[in-house]
This record gives sequence, structure tokens and C-alpha cells, in this order.
Amino acid sequence: MNTPKERIGVYICHCGTNISAVVDVEDVAQWAANKLEHKGVVIARDHKFMCSSLGQELVENDIKELGLTRVVVAACSPHLHEKTFRTACERAGLNPYLCELVSIREQVSWVHSDKVVATQKSKAIVSSGVERLIYHEALEQLSVPINPATLVVGGGIAGIQATLELADAGSPVYLVEREPSIGGHMAQFDKTFPTLDCSACILTPKMVDVGIHPNITLLTWAEVEQVNGYVGNFDVTVRQKARKVITDLCTGCGICIEKCPKNVLDDIYEVGMNYRKAVYTPFPQAVPNYPVMDLDNCIYFDTGKCKACEKFCPTNAIDFEQEDEMLKFQVGNIILATGFDLFDARKMSNYGYGRLENVFNSLEFERMCNASGPTEGEIVLRDGVTTPKAVGIIHCVGSRDKSHNAYCSSICCMQSLKFAHLVEERTGAHVYNFYIDIRTPGKGYDEFYNRIVEEGTHFVRGKVAEVTNAARQPDEKKKLIIQVEDTLIGKQRRIPVDMVILSAGLEPRHDAKEVAKLFGISCSADGWYIEKHPKLDPVATMTDGVYIAGCVQGPKDIPASIAQGAAAAARVQGKIQQGEMLMEPIRASIIEEQCSGCRICNDLCPYNAILYHDATMTSEINAALCQGCGTCIAACPAGAVIGTSYSNEQVLAQIEGLLMDVSV
Amino acid sequence: MKPKFAMYWASSCGGCEIAVLNTHEKILDVDANFDVAFWPVAMDAKYKDVEAMEDKSILLTLFNGGIRNDENEEIANLLRQKSQILVAFGSCATEGCIPGMANFSPSHEIVETAFHTLSTENPNSIYPQTSYKMPEGTIYIPTINSRVKTLVDVVPVDYFMPGCPPESHQISAVLDLVIAVVKGEAELPPKGAVIGVGNSTVCDECDRERDVKKIREFTRAHLVGALDPNLCLLEQGIPCNGSATRSGCDARCPTAGAQCIGCYGPAPGVIDYGARLISSFASVVDSNDPDEIERILDGIPDPAGQFYRFSLAGSLLKGAREAV
Repeated sequence: MNTPKERIGVYICHCGTNISAVVDVEDVAQWAANKLEHKGVVIARDHKFMCSSLGQELVENDIKELGLTRVVVAACSPHLHEKTFRTACERAGLNPYLCELVSIREQVSWVHSDKVVATQKSKAIVSSGVERLIYHEALEQLSVPINPATLVVGGGIAGIQATLELADAGSPVYLVEREPSIGGHMAQFDKTFPTLDCSACILTPKMVDVGIHPNITLLTWAEVEQVNGYVGNFDVTVRQKARKVITDLCTGCGICIEKCPKNVLDDIYEVGMNYRKAVYTPFPQAVPNYPVMDLDNCIYFDTGKCKACEKFCPTNAIDFEQEDEMLKFQVGNIILATGFDLFDARKMSNYGYGRLENVFNSLEFERMCNASGPTEGEIVLRDGVTTPKAVGIIHCVGSRDKSHNAYCSSICCMQSLKFAHLVEERTGAHVYNFYIDIRTPGKGYDEFYNRIVEEGTHFVRGKVAEVTNAARQPDEKKKLIIQVEDTLIGKQRRIPVDMVILSAGLEPRHDAKEVAKLFGISCSADGWYIEKHPKLDPVATMTDGVYIAGCVQGPKDIPASIAQGAAAAARVQGKIQQGEMLMEPIRASIIEEQCSGCRICNDLCPYNAILYHDATMTSEINAALCQGCGTCIAACPAGAVIGTSYSNEQVLAQIEGLLMDVSV
Repeated sequence: MKPKFAMYWASSCGGCEIAVLNTHEKILDVDANFDVAFWPVAMDAKYKDVEAMEDKSILLTLFNGGIRNDENEEIANLLRQKSQILVAFGSCATEGCIPGMANFSPSHEIVETAFHTLSTENPNSIYPQTSYKMPEGTIYIPTINSRVKTLVDVVPVDYFMPGCPPESHQISAVLDLVIAVVKGEAELPPKGAVIGVGNSTVCDECDRERDVKKIREFTRAHLVGALDPNLCLLEQGIPCNGSATRSGCDARCPTAGAQCIGCYGPAPGVIDYGARLISSFASVVDSNDPDEIERILDGIPDPAGQFYRFSLAGSLLKGAREAV
């Protein structure tokens, strides 16, 4: 038998009792020492906590004293402690990529109960690690400089917070917003729960700060078109849509808006509850305050006549010839804070939204409550004059519902309680809240719930079956009747009301998937963007340099969105401070002689790292762009793409190891 | 004395022998430079004659055909013992080829299909027996193996020459090389090499224009009214295997408008030909909708034949396995 080339150390972790309760850890260590000796295993040990400093020292000492050239640690998932053991190896002078962490916790002890089988499986997994490790290469991390500028996409509260944090720390920020003004959904609200302070009063100062901050380049009425590059060095192309207003000349006086003869139903900011002009700012406190022109509705663009805005503009700021502009710039990091869309309540036709005129969705109601909204804060029926005497508020519309979204939208309970309070306060109407469960886990939230209970709101526990205007009894005439099973009293009820408010859930943006692809990150099946780790890394993504904040990651309220905005900014500022960063050397590369230029891989790279050379008819991978995801390796029909740490030899050796007969 | 040459057919169709004869006058060079010691398809010879030869007395043996039965295996061992250079010649010997597709079924089912299906007239249910007692004594016919093996599965092989059959110009080149080696004018390639081939894929030899791949439909050439004569077949929805297949054939099929079916075996970097192609085709299916993907994949009615027509016996799994 050949003398093994490598000197391998194997370390089996008890993980307290996490592993050792199901796996005979000592037996695995002993077995590895005996049965894998011919593979080069010179020492195999077990330890209560390999990740403790004592456990790490064990590895370090063995490297120094026994001259280990490779290390296998069988413990938890590499996600958690791969870095720990790589660093330990590095401290002892061994290249960190000559260390392999195999999981016998997530893949064995947590999923098995039979100790004999679990121990055998652990042996097989250790064997696979050893076999694979033999083919490991010493790798060096790549160092890349970090551009100090940051792109923040989305000017809602999360994006605003992230932008201000970074700008205040002295870093340049590009804030891109697709609407004419920043502010997001928060700018549509009247009051915020649970303190009932005025939404605009706390939001607009931040918006103004963004507008005047010397470190912030604010690009509204703009959308990101293209993103190339990698962490530290992204090339961004932004389409600045033509405002038809020269911003350098515009003073924001509003005369053009006043003189514009065309009224347009505003279905974005006013959610169809009010009109704006064809040249407009969405609301009086808009930032920036110069207007945009809505070309689909402008009379001049339709008929070639009008130009009222141009005639009356005192600074000649109207420019009908203005075209979209492509802005190109570089940033080191990106924060996505693109928010949410409201669940379309028309999908639940049994609630009558869109059919029964006095059924409102939550955003419509928010606008109605707003002092600068369509009714100047009066809570009235769709006719604009009648004050309701009874109002039903339905929770969980489109949420916690297998037919629509299985998840809880997190904000609807508190929002519905707020609505109940506002209705009660402003109209004195009877309020009925229809809920499945009341979820008020935030600071001061349950107190708010108790306050609403005390105010006299009726709480009916049950999922509403139907909202109808078909009266069965005289007192139901000209009313909306809410048909519900009150599960607390175990009876069907019909409750006549004048107005119904649907607390519609939050959904990912309709274009969330395309945007995710643009930035090279992943969405959950629902469409929310996936964080790197749900607990330990909630604002990073699996793509280095791309962070997420606010509702883009999942439904959340204002305090949580702001906390995430700030957290993402802190993560980015930390990277900027480092000046340069080390990247994992796990990369794919193409063996040029074996590449026939079939171009199967060309369009698959999520990082746009593959380029095709027409002259040689071969493809090439830009090592700085490659993130080592392996997509092209799996796709290459010729096997011409190889991946460091995931070579055919390594993967086949790993399988070979797994298939070893461990019963003897 | 001229060095000895042998050629044998195990489980094969005879196409490989025709390909050798198709080298035209090159065959005269074989005669001029070699003493043809054993070549059942071309001349009369008995196994006992070979058994009587000294070990390693045959310089070059081209062994074609897969190992389907114990006779194939016995002769493989015999020729290994008697030959200096043993070449797995053609697709059957290198990776099992068409007979290897029998590995999708257990051998008793194959016999059953051959001797007892609707299309078979066998009123007395007569099945072949491996031995039969006659008045003169017991006679035997070979026993079928449970699966088709490749040559290297049963004996060490010096060189591999793929192709169904190998192209005649490649055969000529290999014969020239061996003759040059005999004359001391050239050196043999390293043991284990794949010979008579190019070093990349069929795409490399194909002149069709190619672009980024996005497949919305798989179809078959005869169902398409008119194929674009200049555009990559795969981009036209024809499942051409050229991108994973060893170069060496001058891309004859795709050049003529027929998809490459992979007879030249896996390209140098490919370990399991079928698996690699499946992964590859799946990567460029241009849809994220499960139903749509299903519809697109239905355009390949026989995935086993599409992806493992030649390579099944030599693949990682070597055939269908019973689920455990």
C-alpha cells in the first residue's frame, strides 16, 4: 500500500450533548484513527466543544506538533463554524482552505434518533470529508478595494434612514426612488401606531434632510437599469426618467401645477381617492419639490396644444424636449429598500372590494384620515358626505390564508386597532374588529390594544365569510352586512355596518423577482428577499455587498424598518471603513482548450462574470466577478468549467468516502 | 518477422470491422506491416490457435464490442494475455454503446422480450439453454451476464478509441502511428489515453453559428419545416449532444443537419456523459414555470436514449438500479 501523502487530523465535536446524545462520538474518533489511517489520518480526537478556545488549541497544537497538513472537523454546519476552524488552522500556520468542516449535527444528530445508525452515518460523513480533503488546494483570498459610495434603492422610511446614516457618517450615497418624491408608504399615513403621532411630522424632517444633505445624490423619478460588478466595485446604470422640468431652474413654486388644466386620478399616492394634475408633485411636502410631467395624460403630448405650464412658469423651467437620461456611476455597496405592495383585496371577491362602494382598503382609509387627504381627514362614506354610524374592520385580508398568502403581514392587527381608534374618535361610530388572533408583540402594542378595548370597540373573533349588501331583514337595508362565525360564542352572526375597512396584507413588490435578478440576490417562494441568516445576519444577503432593509425582506412596521435601515447602513459603513476586503477564493474557471464556445453558460451567471470571446470562440470567467456559485460548472456540457474546492476529483472522492463500508 | 495484429468482435454489430475495411488501401499497409494473427470476421481462426500463442506475442489488438456474455469476457482475458497493446475499439468496447442500453432492464426481462412477446412466434415456449445434453455429450452456448460491461470493466486496457464506428480517417491515423512506432519513428501516447480523437467537443468542429442559449422548445428535426442551415441546432430546439461529445468526427452529423447523438463519447472533462448533458440542457431551459418546463422537457420523448444511447454501460451508475 502506498504511504499516504498527507498527514490528517480528525476532530469530532460533542457539541455539549447536541451531537453526543445521538452519536457515539468516542467511537467515531477511534474508528477514524484506525480505519482511515491508510488515508493519512494520524490523529483523531473528540472534544466537548471543538469551537471553544480549548478545542481550537487542540487543532493548533496538533498542527504544530504532529505536522498535520490537513484538518477535518466533524461538528456543526460549515455555515456556523467553518471560519472558526479555518482561522485556527491559519494561526497554526496551515492554509485555512486545507481545513474541512463536515456536519454531524444538522445532518446527523438533529435528524436521527437511532444511535447505531447515527454513529455509522457520522463515520461515513467523516470518511467523505477525509477523502475530499486530500484533493484540497491551498488557496489565497483575493483582496479588493471598496468604493466608499453606496447605492440605496427605494426612498421609503427604511431607505431614507439608511441613506441618512451613511451620509451623516461622511460617505457619499446615491438614493434612487422611482416615484417623483421620497417618503414611501409612510408619507401616505396620518397617524402611526401605537403612539398616534403624526406620520408626516416625524417623516418630513428626515425627507428634508435627505434633500439638502451634501453627501446625498437624490435621484427620484429614476430606476436602476443595470448593475454589474461585485462587492466594493459595482457599476450602476440608472435611468433618470424625463421630468420635462429643468430642475436647476425650477423653484418649486407650484404655478405650473396650479395652471395645468388636466385632472388625473392619482392611483399611486392617493390610491385612487383623489385627483392630481398632469404636471404634479404627489404631495405638498414632496422631496424634491420640483414636479414631474405625466406624459400619458398631458394635453400637449396628446393634442399638441396647451403648454399652459410653460407659459406661466416664471423661470422657464419647463422643457418639453427633455429625454430620459442614463446615469452611470460606481458604488461599493448596495442597500435595497424597495418596500411592499398592498394585497389586492379584489382577489377576495367575497369581501366586495371594488364592487361594494363602501368597502375600503387600508391605504384608502389611511388617505381618508390624512388631514391633507381627499376628505381632509373626515371619515365619510364614498359619497363624501355621510358619516358612518357603524364600521367593520376586517383583519388578515390576504394574510394567514392558504389561498393567498400563508404568512402573517405583521402590521395589520396594530393598523386595524389604530383604525378603530380613529373611527371612534372622529365619528363616534360603533366599531367592530373581526380578527383571527390579535398579535401585538411590540413595545407598547398590547397596551394600545387594551386601550382600544376600553374605548368600546367590539371584537369579534372569526374569519369573515362575506360582506354583502343583500339584506335579509329590515335593519339590514342599505347596509353592508358582515357574515361571520363568532367563534367565541359559537354562532353565525350578521352585523350590519355602513363602512367596511379591509386590513389588506403586505405583498412583495409586483416586480420583486426581476429586481432581485437585477441585483443578483434571491427571493423566497413568496417573493420576499432572503437574508443571509434569519437571526444572525438579517440585513445582508448571500451576495456580498448587497444588503436589504425594511419590508423588502418581509412585512414589518415602521420601527423595525428604521432599525433595519440603520443596521444595513452600519454594515455598509463597516465595510467602507475597512477600505478593502478579502473575498473567498472559491472561484470557477474555464479550461480554454476544452471550451468549444457552445455558449450554454453565457447567460446563466447571476454575477455577469462570464464573457465570450468572438475571436477565439471561447468563454472566460472574470475571477473578480465570480462568486463561486457553481451554476456554470453544472451547466458546462464539456466539463470545461472547473471550480476550486469543488473539482470532479473532490466531489467523486467525497462520494467514494460516503459509500465506504463503515460497519466493519 | 512481422508483428502480429488481431481484431476481435465481442458484443457488437460489425460496423467497426467495416470501418477498418473502409480505410481502403490503408488496409494494404496493415497487411504489409503486420501478420494478421486473429480476426474472426475476416479470416478463419480458432480460439485454440490464440491460446497456443505465446503471451504478449500479438503487438496490436483492436477489441470491439461490449462484454455481454461469458464468452466475450473469456476472449477479452485471452487477448489481454496475448497482446502488448490492447485497444478498446469503438463505442461498444469503450462505453457499451447500443447493446449497453439493455442495462436499463434485468437480463431475464431481455430474454423474455426476445422469446415471449406478442411479436414473437414461439408456440412451444422454447427458451435458449446454456447447456444441452446430447447423445454425443453436453454442448454449451455462452451465458448472458446480468449487464453489459465495457472492456476496461474486465481487463486492463491500454488505449481507448471511441466512435460508432470510429471514423476511417482516425483509424488510418492510428494505424500509421503504430506502424511508425514499429519502425522506431514515433512513440506511443501515454497508457490509458483516448486515441483517434480531438481534444475538445463536436461544437469545436461544427461551423454553425452560435449565440447565447435559451431553449423554449425541444423538437425533432423531421418535425421542423426548414432548419436554419447556419444556426446551431440546439438553438433551434434540436437536442444536439455535440457540446458534450468528444471531437474527432469532423462534426459530420450536425454539419449535415442531423443532431449529434454522441457516438464519440464524452468530451475530455466529462465524467458521466448523460448526467452532464441533462444538467446542461436543463440549465438553459428558458422558463421558471413548472408546467412550462414540463412542456419543454416533453419535447425529449426518450431521455434515456437521448442522453445515454452510447454511454450507459460505462456511466457512473452503469445501468438501471433497483431502488433500495
